[in-house]
Amino acid sequence: MTPLASIRDLRIGAVTDAGREVEIIRGVSLDVAPGEVVALIGESGSGKTTIALSLMGYTRPGCRIESGAVLLDGTDVVGLSPRARAAIRGRTVAYVPQSAAAAFNPSKRLMDQVIEVARIHRLMPPEAARRKAVDLFRALALPDPDTIGDRYPHQVSGGQLQRLSAAMALIGDPRLIIFDEPTTALDVTTQIEVLRAFKSVIRGGAMAGVYVSHDLAVVAQIADRIVVLKDGEVQEEGTSDQIINAPAHPYTRELIAAFEPRSGAVTPGSDVEPAPVLEVRDLTAGYGGIGADGLPRVPVLRDVALRLLPGRNLGVIGESGSGKSTLARCIAGLLPPARGTISLAGRTLAPGTHGRSKDDLRRVQIVFQLADTALNPNRPVGRIVGRPVTFYHGLHGAELEARVDALLDMVRLPRAMKYRLPGELSGGQKQRVNLARALAAEPELILCDEVTSALDTVVAAAVLDLLRELQRELGLSYLFISHDLSTVEAICDDVMVMYQGETVERMAAARMRVGAEHPYSRLLISSVPRLDTGWLDGLEQDAELVAQFARR
Amino acid sequence: MNLLIARMILQRMGIVLLTLLIVSFAVFAVTELLPGDVVEILLGQSATPEAVAGLRAAMHLDEPAVIRFVKWLGGLATGDLGISYVNKLGVAELIEGRLFNTLKLGGVTALFAVPLALGLGIMAAMFQGSVFDRVVSAATVTVISVPEFMVATAAVLIFAVYLKWLPALSLAGDVGSIGELLRNFAMPVITLTFVISAQMIRMTRASVIDTLNTPYCEMALLKGASRVRLVLVHALPNALGAIANAVALSLSYLLGGVIIVETIFNYPGVAKLMVDAVATRDLPLIQSCAMIFCFGFLMLIMIADIVAILANPRLRG
Repeated sequence: MTPLASIRDLRIGAVTDAGREVEIIRGVSLDVAPGEVVALIGESGSGKTTIALSLMGYTRPGCRIESGAVLLDGTDVVGLSPRARAAIRGRTVAYVPQSAAAAFNPSKRLMDQVIEVARIHRLMPPEAARRKAVDLFRALALPDPDTIGDRYPHQVSGGQLQRLSAAMALIGDPRLIIFDEPTTALDVTTQIEVLRAFKSVIRGGAMAGVYVSHDLAVVAQIADRIVVLKDGEVQEEGTSDQIINAPAHPYTRELIAAFEPRSGAVTPGSDVEPAPVLEVRDLTAGYGGIGADGLPRVPVLRDVALRLLPGRNLGVIGESGSGKSTLARCIAGLLPPARGTISLAGRTLAPGTHGRSKDDLRRVQIVFQLADTALNPNRPVGRIVGRPVTFYHGLHGAELEARVDALLDMVRLPRAMKYRLPGELSGGQKQRVNLARALAAEPELILCDEVTSALDTVVAAAVLDLLRELQRELGLSYLFISHDLSTVEAICDDVMVMYQGETVERMAAARMRVGAEHPYSRLLISSVPRLDTGWLDGLEQDAELVAQFARR
Repeated sequence: MNLLIARMILQRMGIVLLTLLIVSFAVFAVTELLPGDVVEILLGQSATPEAVAGLRAAMHLDEPAVIRFVKWLGGLATGDLGISYVNKLGVAELIEGRLFNTLKLGGVTALFAVPLALGLGIMAAMFQGSVFDRVVSAATVTVISVPEFMVATAAVLIFAVYLKWLPALSLAGDVGSIGELLRNFAMPVITLTFVISAQMIRMTRASVIDTLNTPYCEMALLKGASRVRLVLVHALPNALGAIANAVALSLSYLLGGVIIVETIFNYPGVAKLMVDAVATRDLPLIQSCAMIFCFGFLMLIMIADIVAILANPRLRG
């Protein structure tokens, strides 16, 4: 069978911010047969999205196709005129974007955007396009299919937008659909429904798909073949079963290994329970000021309680909007709670940072999710890490330098890095600097707010290893916030499940997959994709449970 | 939905009133601090102290500042702008004709400059990086850097002195036909267009380009949308709020900031009236002019805010 799409020795160059030219795709070749779903998998920077977009004859600003051919149905799209290229987009090959929330125009109604392809290419009269869109909404299990198109993007949920973006791609009956990490921004319970919808339309319409993702477990559910990419080169290519069960290339093995559950509990619980390092009681907090009833106008947390023993780790899991990050902000003193107490080693802390002594501040440090925004881009690493050393411990000059060196050693960064700016570091390196800054204060408790979520699987695993080592060396306690259950499993002793600002269950991390009792915990845990090609098809979830808890 | 808009607009109006109150206080305080005294100017240097005191009492200038402020504010609220110290005419009467002239000049300039600036800005954004874009960008930077008296003087030299196409002075009064109106207004309008368009072009271009870099514009491109459709259908509606604000700021300049242009072309507008009033320490006139400028400015900003609200479905509720 002749392939529907075929990439031959593709080379794409990009100009960096510094004006240097680099080759980001280095001689990639791959084929997509009609009706086949091919997954492109790799870390950020591996070129997976760039390759997928080249199938539409498109490169992002700053990138340029240097050589090679991209054949679509036998036509080389690289050589096409802009007009001819526009003619195939949306009609022969369609695109489902990574973040549907950003890919919908905020000032236009959803229906107008969904049927825009039909309008641009004059495929059918608007009335017919609208009818077809409503049919697609129904097929994609969207609520209120007849009227949902009249709404604006901000009036529907993230999972719904992602399915609407699939409808937008399907309206022109394309022969190839490119899915660009379409479920990465979604909660796990929402992701399942979206994956199922995608799978059914691909099977039903006999379309081919290119599925871009960094998540092997997700890809395993939907792809026929997997192409593993690294640094713009194909590492390994094979059927999904082959890649997942019998990976040949060392890099693929590394990717798969990052998925395996790790030994969780760092310290065995002793019989005599020591005094907790952190204790939170009846914490109620929110935004919008305090209303007449003494509660926040927009409540986020309701009566949350937790205990964290020294040298142990507590994982806080839950989906977006469950109040995880707000909890960390309250403990750090960034958001004074409306009610409740926070005590550190038996002593009650003031609600806000203004009321806390320097020593109280020193003992609790927070590490934010995005090192990119948490590190000042204009300060070299040495000064970023040195600042809390001076602030909390009053060190200057040679003493300060020695301490900064020691901290960089601790997070396994070369000492020479202290002269670099954050922008010159990789994502994993930046997160290590972020961690070193927290360590500089010599805290007892570190609040880790989704510290590995923005990192690639292999890098995230290394950061987790580092956190575990540091704990052994320094006797730290972590409050580990994450939506990623396997991360929490890998590092935490205990787990607390949050749902809409309340704690629904507490349990030992090791028992999470088997011992969860609350229905929401069970739903959440069962929704995490497994590295098994048959997982999604074999998954059965209680429909009532789903209707009650999943905000799809 | 409409209720929400109405509430937001009412809120804005409340803010406008409050701002006006604060500004009235500031204007009164500042004019109080102006050096010189209207009575001494009126009576000349040889006046006896008795005569000065007498006239001051007659003009109620011996009353405490607070009482004069309250009286003046009360007058403003009821539409009584007071009497000019210098020529004993009603301030309202003095301003009326001048204000009409200023609005006429401003209106003609806006009619000319706004479409021109938006068109050039949008086109420059549409063909970002092209020769056209570079020429427009370079020209706007040049125009911003040239002071308006240079532009005005150059215009007089070229069109009035050498080419003798247009009159050097612009008298708003004697306008009989459209042709005459065009001839009369051509030079001040050209000068003002130069001054206010540059900023609008730059802001329009920047906000359209900003919007073009969003994922939803990339998505539209990947749906096969043409460049024109991309800019007009997807980028422009989302850039409208920012553009409206840039236009309002530029137009507000046409109210109070045109003094140089009015002076060079001897155009009888409000700005010139106000500067003359400062020279004669005619406080009621200065205060009224200042309040009118402030009011016009606030109105423009409010309109821009309302446009931004109407253009954004999230704010529309």
